[in-house]
Amino acid sequence: MRKTASVTRRDFLKSGALAGSGLFISFTIPSRLDSARWPEPYTPAGTQLNAFLRIDSDDTIHIILSKVEMGQGIWTTIPMLIAEELDCDWKKIKVESSQSGKGKDFQQDILIQSTGGSDTTRTEFDRCRQAGATARTLLVNAAAHRLGVSPDACRTENGFVITGSQRMSYGELAAEAAKLPVPNVQLREPPEWKLIGKSQKRLDCYEKINGKAQYGLDIQFPGLLTALVAHAPVFGGNVKAVDATRTKAVPGVRAVVRIPSGVAVLGDNFWAAKRGRDLLKIEWDFGGNDHLNSREQLEKYRNLAKTTGIVSQQKGDLAAGFEKAAHSIDVDFTFPYLAHAPLEPLNCTVKMENNHCEIWTGTQSPLLHQSEVAAFLGIQPEQVTFHTPYIGGSFGRRGSFSSDWVMEAVHIAKNSGRPIKLVWTREDDIKGGFYRPFYVHQVQIGVDSNGFPTAWQHRIVGQSLFTNTPLAEMIVQKGIDYSTVGGVHGSPYLNAVPNHSVELHTTVESVPVLPWRSVGNTHTAFVMETLIDELASLASTDPVNYRRVLLKNHPRHLGALNRAVEISDWDKPLPVGKFRGIAVHAAMGSYVAQVVEISIERQKIRIHRVVCVIDCGLAVNPDGVRAQMESCIVYGLTAALYGEITLGKGQVKQSNFHDYPLLRMNEMPTIEVHIVKSSESMGGAGEPGVPPIAPALANAVFAATGKRVRSLPIRLDS
Amino acid sequence: MPKYTLSINGKKHTVEADAQMPLLWVIRDLVGLTGTKYGCGIAQCGACTVHFNGAPIRSCSFPVSAATGQPITTIEGISKDNSHPVQKAWIAEQVPQCGYCQSGQIMSAVALLKTNPHPTDAEIDAAMQGNICRCGTYQRIRKAIKSAAGATSLK
Repeated sequence: MRKTASVTRRDFLKSGALAGSGLFISFTIPSRLDSARWPEPYTPAGTQLNAFLRIDSDDTIHIILSKVEMGQGIWTTIPMLIAEELDCDWKKIKVESSQSGKGKDFQQDILIQSTGGSDTTRTEFDRCRQAGATARTLLVNAAAHRLGVSPDACRTENGFVITGSQRMSYGELAAEAAKLPVPNVQLREPPEWKLIGKSQKRLDCYEKINGKAQYGLDIQFPGLLTALVAHAPVFGGNVKAVDATRTKAVPGVRAVVRIPSGVAVLGDNFWAAKRGRDLLKIEWDFGGNDHLNSREQLEKYRNLAKTTGIVSQQKGDLAAGFEKAAHSIDVDFTFPYLAHAPLEPLNCTVKMENNHCEIWTGTQSPLLHQSEVAAFLGIQPEQVTFHTPYIGGSFGRRGSFSSDWVMEAVHIAKNSGRPIKLVWTREDDIKGGFYRPFYVHQVQIGVDSNGFPTAWQHRIVGQSLFTNTPLAEMIVQKGIDYSTVGGVHGSPYLNAVPNHSVELHTTVESVPVLPWRSVGNTHTAFVMETLIDELASLASTDPVNYRRVLLKNHPRHLGALNRAVEISDWDKPLPVGKFRGIAVHAAMGSYVAQVVEISIERQKIRIHRVVCVIDCGLAVNPDGVRAQMESCIVYGLTAALYGEITLGKGQVKQSNFHDYPLLRMNEMPTIEVHIVKSSESMGGAGEPGVPPIAPALANAVFAATGKRVRSLPIRLDS
Repeated sequence: MPKYTLSINGKKHTVEADAQMPLLWVIRDLVGLTGTKYGCGIAQCGACTVHFNGAPIRSCSFPVSAATGQPITTIEGISKDNSHPVQKAWIAEQVPQCGYCQSGQIMSAVALLKTNPHPTDAEIDAAMQGNICRCGTYQRIRKAIKSAAGATSLK
């Protein structure tokens, strides 16, 4: 199991009575710093209670979490951990969202109460079970006390404490349990588990199939206006002059206000605001940002890649290594900007009254926004209330460090004096920046007479994701943003090369960027896994056997790889016209191998089958892990086949799903996910299925066409 | 602004709206039913799918002025208690992740099974390719449609 920070029970767990007649257990969910700090783990200095388990007299079990549900399923997995020890009725669990933070621990809370990095289940594993066990023990003690029997004479089952012929429901005992001291508890051993490791149905499924689940966009109350913003057509542009005459004549338009990011039109409903926005006449000041174009950016990055960057990892003597090499290759790779494109467009509802600001928005980092909003309005963080409804996808976009769309909404509410719901159209989303950055890799490799690398020089050029963010202190050191190089830096392949260097050139552009599902692994895994495949083929060796040699000291990589080989029948020939590719990569603590089977029909790639093997240690909810792997694969295939944001004269050329296409049902392969039975440390599930899919696909394309893929998205004609 | 009387989930609603106002925004902002979602506004993603006289339409690109005179069904109208065979299949196959597209997916699937109770894979592809799921739940949607097709009590 993963080692948890050294906090004692008393530090992170408290129990108490509820204002009504229930039992209240509060506990701490650890800081993301713990898993975010790179390369060394970090233990936070203090703790604050921020997650709650509440048992009401009507037997309802409320689990109140700061971690948000954006599709990844943690509002089911965390309740499983608690229920495993609590023995409650699974059907009586209600999960709710709560955000709170104040005082001296506030800065730390910001990081605690953000969701990302595929880290929730693994960081909360022990603590959630402990909270469940504490509640159960208190309920048992209360029953024993009431009946005058020993706690040992009581057992618990499905929300009841049972002794002899007596059955008392948890709700009935909650008020008494709340008065008892917090006990020491013993957690159950794996053979006793009834829920953990067994697939459970998602608790949020029921309201997501009948329209009842409330997303940010669904917030409605009397007097609420819808606001749409005309944004500058280039990043960093400003309004020079605006003529809103025609806008104001649109029935239902209530106000037009200037804000730092553009001009907001407020209407009685979306349609009125949209019609009004379309009729604005705006003269823009581009601020000199109307020059960037993707072709020139590529040239600039390629030229930079010819020069020495800041070294993040180095070993041996590169020059000597190349001199000894029997053969060498020198290649570069290009990766475009990518939009996250969650299906629920960004939105934020703001209501300001009597020095209090109430905000509803789907976000991965509510406290970060809370702090920024409070500072901007000149009020205390406690005077800003955040509600996080269900989130219609995020993939990193709603983890904005700059609170971009939230601050936009607050500006509109402040300048108009009205409660408003800011809605971004899909065009605002696709054109709105905060993309996965544009990257170039330039790699020179020398191989010995057996075809194995003796020298490897790897240069990466691109924007930093974490510089000037609250996570910079953990991830950026001495000019290296480790999220950019991670996956090359630390690669088991590279560590097997006696002479190597990894270098980084960090660029600065007007285009804002953000982590995108699986962060730097989106490009580093592609380069490493297609290059290894290429070296194998240059050595006339099977790509699996070639990997096995280099990964011989990496059992979890090898385990996933070998299982994928077995399940995909890698060693058996495919029917004529079908081809396959393989890749294996570790990210967010999990090891994933994938095999992709394709054919090429009329110059179009058709993907038939994907075999995916994940070793994430213990899979708490196996069907949840499978669902995340399926999701990661579709997300990664979409990027590999179509994903590309391009710029001309500083303006984004794509605007909606017709020119930023997403994978559809008719393109969907069969996906088979296998979870390795593993007692190794736990890894994440929300992201690590993304990195191997694009290189596995590119390797299959090579098998089919004999051509290596050097840039994404894949183009068969280039 | 002109007035329109719409029949939504068996109930009459009279709204005052611009003739070009898309049915989606009438349903969400004027009638107040928020189960039908906005995803793209140009009939590319299917999140806004509702039934107009039983046939699936993209309500984001369907003007209110054309939406009178025939019954409209939204996700809220297919059952009161998740008892529609398609909803049951969605639970059994554990389809939703973020869930945002699922109203539209379910409305497309319900319409498909009404006209074609036993669709082939190709027919599922054809009927469902207008509905984007960014979480990538397509494999489970396909399985759920097939299992719902095997159920007997299709409405």
